[in-house]
Amino acid sequence: MARDSSMSDVSQGRGPGQRAVEIGVGVFTALFGAIVVVGGLQAGIGWGAEGPRPGFFPFYIGLLIIASSAVNLLQIRLTDRWRRFAEWRQLRQVLQVLVPTAIYVVAIPYVGIYLVSAALIAVFMVWLGKYRWSLTAAISIGVTIAIYLMFEKFFLVPLPKGPLEELLYL
Amino acid sequence: MEEISNLFHGFAVVLQPFNLLVMLFGIVLGVVIGVLPGLGGANGVAILLPLTFSMSPTSAIIMLSCIYWGALFGGAITSVLFNIPGEPWSVATTFDGHPMAQQGRAGEALTAAFTSSFVGALFAVVVITLVAPLVALFALQFGPPEKFAVFFLAFCSFIGMGREPPFKTVASMMIGFALAAVGLDSVTGQLRLTFGFTELLNGFDFLIAVIGLFGIGEILLTMEEGLSFKGRAAGINPKVVLQTWAELPRYWITSLRSCLIGCWMGISPAGATPASFMSYGIAKRTSRRGDNFGNGEIEGVIAPETAAHAAGTSALLPMLSLGVPGSPTAAVLLGGLLIWGLQPGPLLFIEQKEFVWGLIASMYLGNLVGLVVVLTCVPLFAAILRIPFSIIAPIILVFCAIGAYSVHNSTFDVIMMLVFGVIGYVMKKSNYPLAPMVLAIVLGDRAEEAFRQSLLGSQGSVAVFWSNGLVGSIMALGLIALFWPLINDGWIRLRARSPRRVL
Repeated sequence: MARDSSMSDVSQGRGPGQRAVEIGVGVFTALFGAIVVVGGLQAGIGWGAEGPRPGFFPFYIGLLIIASSAVNLLQIRLTDRWRRFAEWRQLRQVLQVLVPTAIYVVAIPYVGIYLVSAALIAVFMVWLGKYRWSLTAAISIGVTIAIYLMFEKFFLVPLPKGPLEELLYL
Repeated sequence: MEEISNLFHGFAVVLQPFNLLVMLFGIVLGVVIGVLPGLGGANGVAILLPLTFSMSPTSAIIMLSCIYWGALFGGAITSVLFNIPGEPWSVATTFDGHPMAQQGRAGEALTAAFTSSFVGALFAVVVITLVAPLVALFALQFGPPEKFAVFFLAFCSFIGMGREPPFKTVASMMIGFALAAVGLDSVTGQLRLTFGFTELLNGFDFLIAVIGLFGIGEILLTMEEGLSFKGRAAGINPKVVLQTWAELPRYWITSLRSCLIGCWMGISPAGATPASFMSYGIAKRTSRRGDNFGNGEIEGVIAPETAAHAAGTSALLPMLSLGVPGSPTAAVLLGGLLIWGLQPGPLLFIEQKEFVWGLIASMYLGNLVGLVVVLTCVPLFAAILRIPFSIIAPIILVFCAIGAYSVHNSTFDVIMMLVFGVIGYVMKKSNYPLAPMVLAIVLGDRAEEAFRQSLLGSQGSVAVFWSNGLVGSIMALGLIALFWPLINDGWIRLRARSPRRVL
C-alpha cells in the first residue's frame, strides 16, 4: 500500500492539498459573512417607517453565510486527506493565463482596449503557442480590427480607446 | 384559443427579414459558443448582451435566445467528436456519443443528438405555449408574500436538488444575495454595504459575475488541463441522416420520458445538467439493451440530449410567466429584459404581447433553423475546435473583457470580472456551485423587496407566509424541496425496513 501511494504521488506531482484550499475558502466565506453582518448593522436592522430597515435582510444573510461556512469547515474532514487541489505544474499553467490577463485588464483604461487586446493575443501566441511572428501579427491585428468593425460599426457599441486611437481619429 | 392567434401574430413578428437575420446570426454564434471551451450559454449570452442595446427588445431577445439554442446544439458536437463536453449538460452525451464516433458512427450519433435536441426543445416550447399564459394569469393575483414564496421555492429546490453539498450551495447562494444587496437599497434608497467605496455605489452587476465566474473561471480550468484536442472526423451526409431518422421513432418511449424529465427539471430550477444525467440513468435502467450503455448505444445519446434541451428550453417558462429564471442563462435573459426596460413577471403577457409571443414563436423557428444549421455545417464547427487553445484562449478573454466593459462602460467592471473569474475557478475546484450565486445576484433585490413588503403588510409577523392556502402551499413545497435529500433517505430507509423488500 505504502509503495502504491508513493508511486501515485510521483505520477501526480506535488501541489496544495484539497483540504488546505477548502479551509481557506471556508475562512474566506466566513469573513465575508462577518463583513456583511457589520454592513447590515451599520445600515440598521430594526423596524423603520418603511418596514424592515435596509440592513435587516443583509444582516440575516450574513449570519447564514457564517453558519454555512462553519458547517462547510466542519465537513472538510470528510474529504480525502491526500487529495490534491491541483499540481504546482497545473497552477503554473493557470498563472500563465492569469498574470497576462491581470496586466491586460489593468492596462485597458490607460492604453485603450484595442492595443492591449492585440498585445494579449500576441503574447499568448508567441509565449505559449510558440508561433512565428508573422502569423502572430496577422492574427492579433486581424482579430482586433474585426472586433472594431463588429462592435463600433455594426452594433454601435463604443469601446475604451487610448492615445493611439485618438491619433488615428477613430 | 387566444393563444393560437397570439402565436401566429408572434410568427409574423419573427418572419420580418431583420428578425430572421438576427435569428440566423444568433444560432451560428451560439453553436460557435457551444463548441468553444470556456464559453457557454450563460456567459456567451452575457458577453453578447451589449450587442443588443441598440435593438428593439423583440429582436434582442430573439437574438439572445437563439444564441442559447445554438449553444445547446453546439455542446453535442464536441461531446460526440472530441469527448469534451462543451457544456456541463452534454457530459452525459459523451458516454455513448463518443464511443459511437470511435466506431465510425459519428454521423449517426450527431444526427441522433441534434434530432433529439430538437424534439426535446419542441416539446418544451409546446408546453410553454400552452402553460405559460395560464401560469402568468394565475400569478397576476400574487401579492408580495406569494412572490416571495415563489422565490423561496426556487432557491430551496437548488439546495435540495443540487448535486453539490447542500451547505456549499447555501454559502454560495447567500454570498450572491449579499452581493445583490450592495449599493442603493431599492426600497428606501439608502446606501448600504458600500463601506465608503464609490465604486460600489451601483452594486455588483450579475452580468459581470456571469462573465467572470463562467467565462474566465472556465478558461482557467481548461488551462490547468493543458488541453490538446484530438477529435474524430465528422461526416454527415443525407443518407446517414435519413437512416438515423428512420431508426429514431423506435425509441419514442425514451424520447417522451426524457421530454417529461427535462421539462420538470427545467421548470423547477434544477436545470439541464441533472436532467440529462437523470434521463440517461433511467434509460439505462429501463432499456432492454441497458447493459450495452456506454459502448455506443444510440439510445444513450437520445435520452440525455432530449432531456437537456427540454430542460434548457422550459427553463424559460418560469422566467417568462413568473419572472423567476430556471437556469443561469434564463437569468441572463431576464437581466436583458430589465436592461431593455421591460418588467419581468406575469404582466409581460398583458403589456408586452408582441415581445412574449415573438419570443415563443422564435423558439419554434429558431430550433428548426438550428437543426438545419448544425446538420449541414458540422464539419465547419468541428474545425473551430482544431484552432489551438493558445490562439482561441486570448480571443475569448478579449471578448469577455469587451462584454464586461460594455455593460456599464466601466473599466472597473473589467477588473471585477477577473476577480470573479478567480473566485469562480476556486469555487468550481472546491465543489461550490456557481448557478445559485448568479441567480441570487439577479433575484436578490426582488426577493428582498417581496420579503420586506410582506412583512410591512403584516406589521412584522412572519406568519404572513402561511396566511392563506396559496402562499402556504408554495412555502410547503419549498420546504419539501429544501429537505428533499432527508425525506428521500427516510423513505428509502423505511422501505428497506419493511420485510417484503428483504430478498
